[in-house]
Amino acid sequence: MNILKKIMTAIRGGTRELGESIVDSQGTRIFEQEIEDAQESLKKAKHDLTQVMAKEMQASRKVESITAEIDKNEGYVADALAKKEETLALEIATKVAELEQDKAQQVDAQQSYEKHIGKLKSMMEKAERQLKDYERQLTMVKTTENVQKATAAITDNFGTTDSTLMSAKESLDRIRKKQEDFDDRNLAADQLDAENSGKNLSDKMKEAGIGDTQSAAEAVLARLKAKSSKKKA
Amino acid sequence: MNIQDYAIRISQNRTKEGFTFDCQTINGEVEVLQVEVNGMNGFPIFMTKTQSQILCIVYLWSEDEVKPEKRVEMLEMMLDTSISIPLSAYARVGNRFVLYGALSVNSNLDKVVEEVVTLNENAIDVVTAMEDFLK
Repeated sequence: MNILKKIMTAIRGGTRELGESIVDSQGTRIFEQEIEDAQESLKKAKHDLTQVMAKEMQASRKVESITAEIDKNEGYVADALAKKEETLALEIATKVAELEQDKAQQVDAQQSYEKHIGKLKSMMEKAERQLKDYERQLTMVKTTENVQKATAAITDNFGTTDSTLMSAKESLDRIRKKQEDFDDRNLAADQLDAENSGKNLSDKMKEAGIGDTQSAAEAVLARLKAKSSKKKA
Repeated sequence: MNIQDYAIRISQNRTKEGFTFDCQTINGEVEVLQVEVNGMNGFPIFMTKTQSQILCIVYLWSEDEVKPEKRVEMLEMMLDTSISIPLSAYARVGNRFVLYGALSVNSNLDKVVEEVVTLNENAIDVVTAMEDFLK
C-alpha cells in the first residue's frame, strides 16, 4: 500500500477540509496492526536464530573434538603398525572409520544449521526493512493528520478574522509600519547624535581659538562699554 | 519533551543575537505552541509534535488571497525557490499556503530555536518577495 498515493487520492477527492482525517482511522489501525505483526515475527525470528546459532556452535565444537580424536587414533594405528601389531592396528582403524562417519554427520548438521542461520538472517533483514517502511508510511499519515488537527486547533482558537492569522497583505503592512517606526526612531537617534557631535565641534573650535572665542564676561563688558560710550556722545 | 516543556524552555531562552520568545499553548485535538519572536516584526510560528518530528509552521496566505491570473506562476516560483530557502519549505494545508520546517524529535533546544528564528526571517522575505502574486 502506497500511503502517499492514498493521501493524494484523498486530497484530489476534496478531503482537504480541515480536521477531516485523510486516511480513515480504520486504515491507520490496520497499519498499526501490520507493524505489530512485523515486530512480533521479528521477535520470533530472533529467538529462532539464537537457538539455531547455539546448535551450530555445538556441532562445530563436536567436529573439532572428533577431528582431534581421529588424529590421536591415527597416531595409535601408526604406533601399532610400527610394533607389527596388525590386529590391534585394524581394530583402531575400525574405530577411526566410525569416528570419520560421526564427523561426516556432524559436518552435515553444522552446514545445514549454517544455511538455516543465513536464511533466518535474511528473513530478519527483510522484516526490518518492511517494518521501517510501515513506520515511515504511518508517519506520513500521522503527520498529515496532526498538521490538519493543529490547523483546526489554531483556526478554532483564533477565528479566521483574528489578527494572528491575518492576510499576507495585512501582515506586510504591519511589518512595513513597524519597519517605518523603527527607521523613524533610528533617524531621530541619528539626528540627536548629530546635534551632540555638533556641540562637541563648537567646543573643539573654541578650544582651538576658532570662531566665537570671547568669554561671556568679556562680551558683557564690551556691550556695556559700548552703551556707556553711546550715552556720553 | 512535550509541548509544555518546549513552552517553558523556549520562553526562558535568549539567543546570542538577543532574541527572546513569547510562547502560548493552544488547546485542541493536538497540542500546538504559538511562538512569537520578540523584537522581530514577523509572523507567529506554530509548533506541533508528532511521533518522529517537530513541525514549525508559518501560515503565509490563503488561496483566496492569490491573484487568479498569477496563481500558476506563483506555484512554479514556489517550487523553483523552495530549495534555496534555508531550513524551510513551502506547503499547503487546507487552503492556506505555509512555510514550515521539520526537525527530528531528538533535536536539542538550540536547533528548535534556530528553526523558529530562521523560519520567521524566511517568512518575511517570502511574503515581501511574493507580494505581486497576491490581491
